[in-house]
Amino acid sequence: MDQQRERFTPIKSYVPFRGLFDPCPPIGEKYYSTPPNLYLGFQPPNLEQFTPQEALRKGTLWKVFYDYYDNPYKRGGDSSHG
Amino acid sequence: MEGPVPFPQRGEEIVWIYEKKLQYPVKVSTCNPTLAKYLVEQYGGADGELAAALRYLNQRYTIPDKVIGLLTDIGTEEFAHLEMIATMIYKLTKDAKPQALKEAGLGEHYVQHDSALFYNNAAGVPFSATYFQAKGDPIADLYEDIAAEEKARATYQWIIDMSDDTDLNDSLRYLREREIVHSQRFREAVEILKDERDRQKIF
Repeated sequence: MDQQRERFTPIKSYVPFRGLFDPCPPIGEKYYSTPPNLYLGFQPPNLEQFTPQEALRKGTLWKVFYDYYDNPYKRGGDSSHG
Repeated sequence: MEGPVPFPQRGEEIVWIYEKKLQYPVKVSTCNPTLAKYLVEQYGGADGELAAALRYLNQRYTIPDKVIGLLTDIGTEEFAHLEMIATMIYKLTKDAKPQALKEAGLGEHYVQHDSALFYNNAAGVPFSATYFQAKGDPIADLYEDIAAEEKARATYQWIIDMSDDTDLNDSLRYLREREIVHSQRFREAVEILKDERDRQKIF
């Protein structure tokens, strides 16, 4: 799981271009999701699983596909650029 | 193996099977009809659960045999998600008086439907079959399906961003996770169909 996490970040951000006469205060960082399914390709065999009870709650049997989401603008950003 | 509910065995005379149970529990902890206005995007919107279910269960007839089962599984699961969304919308609006609906931006909805659910998007535009395609080309259709899953995932994110209801968000996070898994399986379906292993392997 940790190895998978090191291989990719599930959220990215960038700072949108600011014009001279933009009417609103800047949003700062703009976020977007890059969930695990973008990186894995065809699922390899013998990946780590959640217990059946956990899997039913989380929405996936496979730990590698689990991607918790929360409003990134609330947290104010611990994401990586790129 | 005996479950709590005796499931029909092969050969039993069964006309129709439906398990009267949500795929994942739906709990709403705050009275906030405005959330219903946002949630209806997943009910009757272009990237919503109804469009998804109809898309996959229609494409499944003209897709190579290897991936028909996948479209059937995912297409029917989308109906399970539709039930969850309907439950959320119903709970959020069932006790709202006309004035409360008006304040939530649902005055127009009330005039047309009372608090009945209707297949329209968050802006009130009625559902349309033009929201999805069936090109008949397996790659084109599966690429549309992948895009649809990513769009539905994004919609769930935007609704979670707008919602402070932790119980509702828990159910929405479950649905978002399912979109990720579905996208993964459609991507694998493309890999299966473009696979050239047959030519390289000798059995």
